[in-house]
Amino acid sequence: MEAKRRIRVLIAKPDLDGHDRGAKIIALVLRDAGMEVTYTGLHQSIDQIVHTAIQESVDVIGLSIMTGAHLSISRRLISRLKQEEMEDVKVVVGGVIPKQDINLLKEIGIAAVFPGGTPFSEITGSIQSLVNGG
Amino acid sequence: MGVAKYVRDEKDAIKEVIYQSGIRVKTCYGPQDLDAVGFDYQKDLGDPGEFPFTRGIHPGGYRSRAWTTRQYTGFGTPEETNERFRWMISHGQTGLNVAFDLPTQMGLDSDDPRAEGEVGRVGMAVDSLRDFEIAFKGIPFDRIGSGLTINANATVMLAMYQAAAEKFGYAKEVISATPQNDILKEMVGRGAWIFPVEPAVRLVGDCIEYAAKELPRCNPVSVCGYHIRESGATPAQEIACALEIARAYIDNVAARGLSPEEFVGRFSFNLNVFGNLWEQVAKFRAARKLWARMLTEDYGVKNKKNLFLRGLFGGGGSGLTKEQPENNIIRSAYYALAAALGGAQTTALCSFDEAFTIPTPRAALLSLRTLEILMEEVGLRDTVDPLAGSYFVESITKQMEAKILEEMRRIQEMGGMVRAVAAGAIQREVSRQAYEFEKGLQNREIIKVGVNKYTEGEHPEVELHKYDEGWAKKQIKSLKALRKERNNREAVGTLKALKKSAAAGKNVMPGLVACCKAYATVGEMTGVFREVFGVWEEPSIF
Repeated sequence: MEAKRRIRVLIAKPDLDGHDRGAKIIALVLRDAGMEVTYTGLHQSIDQIVHTAIQESVDVIGLSIMTGAHLSISRRLISRLKQEEMEDVKVVVGGVIPKQDINLLKEIGIAAVFPGGTPFSEITGSIQSLVNGG
Repeated sequence: MGVAKYVRDEKDAIKEVIYQSGIRVKTCYGPQDLDAVGFDYQKDLGDPGEFPFTRGIHPGGYRSRAWTTRQYTGFGTPEETNERFRWMISHGQTGLNVAFDLPTQMGLDSDDPRAEGEVGRVGMAVDSLRDFEIAFKGIPFDRIGSGLTINANATVMLAMYQAAAEKFGYAKEVISATPQNDILKEMVGRGAWIFPVEPAVRLVGDCIEYAAKELPRCNPVSVCGYHIRESGATPAQEIACALEIARAYIDNVAARGLSPEEFVGRFSFNLNVFGNLWEQVAKFRAARKLWARMLTEDYGVKNKKNLFLRGLFGGGGSGLTKEQPENNIIRSAYYALAAALGGAQTTALCSFDEAFTIPTPRAALLSLRTLEILMEEVGLRDTVDPLAGSYFVESITKQMEAKILEEMRRIQEMGGMVRAVAAGAIQREVSRQAYEFEKGLQNREIIKVGVNKYTEGEHPEVELHKYDEGWAKKQIKSLKALRKERNNREAVGTLKALKKSAAAGKNVMPGLVACCKAYATVGEMTGVFREVFGVWEEPSIF
């Protein structure tokens, strides 16, 4: 694949949780991999995340979730993106995600799931192929 | 090879060891190494219980008193949490450390739309004094001290704790609460901040000032290096940040006309045990010494008891792994050993299942038993500061001291911790370091057993705590009932008075105690502060 366009990613910390070490690390990983990365900062509502995604015209939204609320947050974001007719924006989820929830997340419409400890190369590779077709 | 840099030769022998704080470790230490760092027993150590307290704050160490065990506990509604509190105490726990859910930490009522999905999830849901009356039922306020892990609205929870104690018939003078109340570290890591830096620090100061006058047995602030370390700081940076944060709070309260002598004795610290054993021990010993020195030299504090660095040294959650989770039981035991060798007054461990979610009772009990085994079985109470005099430990303690001082100077050059945090400087640096650390794990420069070495074999499934959505329904129902049953005029009146005192720059604590007693809700009280102070906008760090 000869895609040269810089991939734009929004790393988002939804809702109340403030554990952002992982989000910040991934922002740096993706930036070092040549992507354009925006980090939302903490305590973002779904509306705020979608708003920033529109403004920055991103290809991918990466949600970082540690609290266990990943299913409900993902559902809310995916349905909001549908309302906005932004189905082309891929949503990926990272954080503390139990194995048994990975398929549930994919059923909701999450394009890829990266539980803590996923190799950086896998994350960047997966995002590249999601955007550029793999 | 663990959390340090190890350089090896082609035969796999270790050529060089460099700790995260930048200390180079030699193959062998002897008397000449102590000479090289200018080690002096009186000046650098002193006897246990004597200035500068490197060897600990009590002459008898753990002989006089074992550490207080304080596992972080709370989930669901106050009923579930009360049951777990009593269970932990009945199994030998000697203090409490209350976990609040995120809506409570962020000052939102359980029925706030922003609280959806989070009520009772990572801690106990609290909306009003009624919830504290349930959560602390049967807890002897005069004998069991409670850590309250709450920061942005620590004032609210300290007031509620006092109101609950008084409701149960205890005088406020006998209660011992330790609200975490360290907002600057929330802004660096953990992220449960609400208000802008300046009013947020003022609220921290309000707690400290009020406690100095009204709550003689409370520790109104627990300065946290812990979370800054979790966010990516080195051990030396962890202590430097903690001491500089403490300085910011001292300055805030001293500017109100109180002498530091009147309040610094009630400061406590929450520090992290994760990484190299020796580096942690050196860190704790150096931290005690530097705190005592900072208070005497910079603030003229004289009373010996006010110079003690008292702390909870707790096992760092970031050291635990989802892979081969039972390994975390062993890891945590060594973290606790480091805490004991470092002279912790209080300790707690992350339980082995906490890489996944909050602990099951079985996992929490294992943590408690780990701490009990260390105190009861292996001889840690035999003698004070058993590593004292070791050529190695004393050398690196001196070196650690120098590294911490260097980091403190850097923060001071940024204009102090308040300005450094407001500008995002600390956040930027620790994030970059966290990234480098993760790279080290992924390319196996840093070894983690079961993660990037010895990964073969089973990854047994562990039984995990399950969140029950029924808790949120129950909590919201009880909140709605409270709003109907309380005297609304009284609640509204106290909230109005609170707003006045907050806007006028007066100490908010007396007003909050009145609000709590009138059953004003956490969302209402914090909402008053949101109106008066506004909300913090994080600096962009990328």
